[in-house]
Amino acid sequence: MPALPIPFLTHGRRLTAAAGVLALAACDGPQSTLTPAGVGAERIADLWWWMFGGAVVIWVVVIGLAVYATRFGTGRHDVRRARLLIIGAGAVFPTVVLTALLIWGLRLMPVLRPPTGDAAVRVEVEGLRWWWRVTYVTPDGRRIPLANEIRLPVGQMAAFTLTSPDVIHSFWIPSLGGKMDMIPGRVTELALEPTRTGVFRGACAEYCGTSHALMQFGVEVLEPAAFDDWLATQAAPAEAPASPEAARGRELFLAFGCGACHAVRGTPADGTIGPDLTHVGGRLTLGAGILPNDPAAFARWIGDTHEVKPDAEMPPFGMLPAADLRALALYLDGLT
Amino acid sequence: MADPQRLDLPHDARDPPPRARDSLWILPLAPTVWALHFLASYVTGAVWCAKVAGYGGPLGDARVLVGIYTAVALAIIALVGMAGWRRHSYGDATAPHDFATAADRHRFLGFATVLLAALSFVATLLVALPAVFTGSCR
Repeated sequence: MPALPIPFLTHGRRLTAAAGVLALAACDGPQSTLTPAGVGAERIADLWWWMFGGAVVIWVVVIGLAVYATRFGTGRHDVRRARLLIIGAGAVFPTVVLTALLIWGLRLMPVLRPPTGDAAVRVEVEGLRWWWRVTYVTPDGRRIPLANEIRLPVGQMAAFTLTSPDVIHSFWIPSLGGKMDMIPGRVTELALEPTRTGVFRGACAEYCGTSHALMQFGVEVLEPAAFDDWLATQAAPAEAPASPEAARGRELFLAFGCGACHAVRGTPADGTIGPDLTHVGGRLTLGAGILPNDPAAFARWIGDTHEVKPDAEMPPFGMLPAADLRALALYLDGLT
Repeated sequence: MADPQRLDLPHDARDPPPRARDSLWILPLAPTVWALHFLASYVTGAVWCAKVAGYGGPLGDARVLVGIYTAVALAIIALVGMAGWRRHSYGDATAPHDFATAADRHRFLGFATVLLAALSFVATLLVALPAVFTGSCR
């Protein structure tokens, strides 16, 4: 799109304006607290906008006073009035504002942490360096394992049970609500209620080591019927390979011992150290939110694991012939 | 020592304050009460939720206890503040009380005590606020 002419601005000011527009554009997107898609996120965004507005007003007043004091009111001022300003604006006003904000935050807490007894969806999430073990627990007690992905029905409350076996992580889907730490030796809870459908992104919000910034996950909010269909698919065993090359990929997967760490339900692979791969080809992303989900990304992940995610537990298999990597990638990509 | 002949000193520089040697102990008294109130409130809440109500249970009587702690703490802090005010108001000099005289040291100690008591008063109220708005251990 051609740039709109802004004749009254100098070159430098145009750049500043462009930077401002870009900065504001960054507030939108799948991982923004400012475009909420959940009950909790909406309340948090309300608070943020009030704080932002208040901060702008205070900033303008302070700068205005500074300009007045240095440009216009340089003479002597009445001591009593000056003292009143310092005590009133410097001590009383901040105390009142901070108390009001504290009360607002305290009243918000029950909304962000509602009782989860009647939650429609129950999900257990374990944060590990640097991926997410996800287990959906159905009302009849079935446990459906998957990884690095959360899908939720719109308009229904989802209750998350959060744990960690290694270090402190923090589970955060900014578009849907607040974050919650995952602490070794403790179980924490989080409730999220999406208000609109869409694809979002979650992230680990507590530094947890080398690849902390690469510990993300895809989130999709679906209509309830579509969610039920998706969960039924996730509960089913893996589909058979659709092509001879994919079938060879499955043989290689089992022969190279991938099943020692990964499970593909419906095959002898039943490892639990790494992510469950039964439906990995149908996920939103690969490698915990960092790669697109296609055969080329699979081959890259298997061959250059540590270039993609430094210090990941999985050993790289870059020594494999290109044809084997391709077959493995095709097999995994077909596990939808 | 102040020179009693200097004209720029307040006139009461020649009059020693009630106590020639002031104690500093009044200064940290109010923040100490604030700290003890904080500790007592959160220890009470933690023990109540861990041993009595359980996870998700009501805060119940723990809120009453925090209320009692708060009333006692605020009363002590107010008394300390009033004692500070008396020292600050000694004679007819005004803040900032920065002459090197026994009387100004007395007033300065009082003024600093008043400021710390005011800070501690507000802080103690803020520590107690969660007990007002939080009804459960969740």
